Amino acid sequence: MKESGLYGEYGGRYVPEVLVAVIEELEEAYPRITGGAEFRRELDGLLRTYAGRPTPLTFAARITEDLGGAKVYLKREDLAHTGAHKINNVLGQSLLAKYMGKPRVIAETGAGQHGAATATACALLGLECEVYMGAEDMRRQALNVFRMELLGARVHAVESGSRTLKDAINEAMRDWVTNVRNTYYCIGSVMGPHPYPMMVRNFQRVIGLEVREQIQEVEGRLPDLLVACVGGGSNAMGLFHPFLEDEGVQLVGVEPGGEGLESGRHGATLTCGVPGILHGQRTYVRSDDDGQIVPAHSISAGLDYPAVGPEHAFLKDSGRATYEFATDEEALDAFLYLSQKEGIIPALESAHAIAYVRKLAPTLSADTVVVVNLSGRGDKDVTEVRDILAAQGRDTYGRALPH
Amino acid sequence: MGRLAERFALLRERGEKALMPFVTPGDPDLSTTEALVLAMAESGADVVEISIPFSDPIADGPTIQRSSQRALAGGVTLRRILDLVKRLRPRVEIPLVLMGYANPIYAMGEEPFAAAARDVGVDGVIVPDLPPEEGAALYAACRQAGVDPVLLAAPTTSPERLAFLAGETRGFLYYVSLTGVTGARRELAAGVEDGVRAAQKLGDVPVCVGFGISTAEHAAAVGAYADGIVVGSAIVDLVEKATSRDEAVETVAKFVAELKAPLRG
Repeated sequence: MKESGLYGEYGGRYVPEVLVAVIEELEEAYPRITGGAEFRRELDGLLRTYAGRPTPLTFAARITEDLGGAKVYLKREDLAHTGAHKINNVLGQSLLAKYMGKPRVIAETGAGQHGAATATACALLGLECEVYMGAEDMRRQALNVFRMELLGARVHAVESGSRTLKDAINEAMRDWVTNVRNTYYCIGSVMGPHPYPMMVRNFQRVIGLEVREQIQEVEGRLPDLLVACVGGGSNAMGLFHPFLEDEGVQLVGVEPGGEGLESGRHGATLTCGVPGILHGQRTYVRSDDDGQIVPAHSISAGLDYPAVGPEHAFLKDSGRATYEFATDEEALDAFLYLSQKEGIIPALESAHAIAYVRKLAPTLSADTVVVVNLSGRGDKDVTEVRDILAAQGRDTYGRALPH
Repeated sequence: MGRLAERFALLRERGEKALMPFVTPGDPDLSTTEALVLAMAESGADVVEISIPFSDPIADGPTIQRSSQRALAGGVTLRRILDLVKRLRPRVEIPLVLMGYANPIYAMGEEPFAAAARDVGVDGVIVPDLPPEEGAALYAACRQAGVDPVLLAAPTTSPERLAFLAGETRGFLYYVSLTGVTGARRELAAGVEDGVRAAQKLGDVPVCVGFGISTAEHAAAVGAYADGIVVGSAIVDLVEKATSRDEAVETVAKFVAELKAPLRG
């Protein structure tokens, strides 16, 4: 962590002047409040007794056997309350909002996981919650919209632009600019203006810290490889960060390859993007020659973001982490594979990480230890997957239907 | 002295306040924009703000969002906007200022942009998502090239920061009248006058007010204390509603004249 909010040449605070004061307020409040014993105690208590931490580290025996290479462990963020790692960050930020005296919390959401987690934390802490979600994502994730409403949040459909995550962020920022005095913007990933990338990463570090302990208990050593999907990059950053100094631990982020890189319809920002400025940060973005943002695409609503957290941009350039991609098709197959091999239905986001491990593990030796972040569960995706399989002429087992 | 400074000196001499209408180039097409800027200049505009449309305009309300999307769909780019300024420059005397988000400018590169802006006769540049700390390189390149980097201040800006911004800005200080996005509003935000007067005491840089100013009554009220006003969405609205180029040019020219009248003192 650097106080400047810079990760190499990335990060920063590219915001309209209206927001400068509130960001400075947050920069001051964050270390003061979260460093305090009372906040620490309250957050640790919530993570343990409410969110269900620590989440288990599961040895994926059947996958390991089937792939015939590295030993594969799954970090079970899918078992955290609300079904994904998002709750870690949201409990931290919502509690911070409460300590700061902000009665109103806003959030953007892609798949709806961050929105549902924010709605949950706000219900728990007695805060007003409004969530911005792209209209296209609302269609894909109707169940999560209903969940957020059940939890008392108001969900705003965003009809502008590509009507997905980036547009939801635009709209949340417009709300923030307008209601800056009483509103806390709870950003869902390691992105946005400083101090958000640092703050969200610090709230997500619990994932990696637990993995460190858990893997040493079963293997007596650190893992060789950590794998996580990357949209904005919060589950990956949370897993990677406690291992940054351990050079023997290889870090791999898996981006959404969509319909393939050559199709242009994907969200592999680190693989195909260029440095640029979006949503308050300098980072890799998918932008055309004229600096216009190219909408991202992914089978998973939570990954189709045309930028990425600035610390990932830094880790890519420095070579400390590498970034691969998995296509929609590979992710869908991995979704079915994990469901049928381990009895775990993964989120389509997390299925990207599984898809990569499926390809990689067979090439590694049997004493190689791989930990995959299973960042969320797939309940939210089952209707979408059913429709896709039907459209592809496949049955629920993924087999081609007879014509 | 730059064209912006000259203009403000002239206005001060005449006891007038500046009117700065805003236009989205390429909405609906660049030749209409050219006609609009010429008509604005003839009808009393003191500066014209020409937008650089961006796909993700976080500080803009629905009117300018829609307008930007129409312009981008029509193929407008920063290079074509610079060409537009080049065509306009010999035909208008008033300063022309570009206003747009950071990414399209950075995609061109700070120094190439500053040089190109100077070459075609751009007088100032406003980048709403680029505070001076982050924009140091671009703003230095612009100053070097004789293009004024115009900074913004807002009602949430602290007194210390206001002094910093007033010292750093060139041409004028753009005071955002409210916490919110651009867009026409029925009522003016309260408390703007105090902020503007505080900024004016910090030096001799003119302080102009924008966001939400949409009628001649607003112009009169703000013009009573500010050095100028910016009118954006209300004009973009007229262009959106017009059914022909002639109608767009005619209604905008008439509106600009109405806005300028109370600013003549």
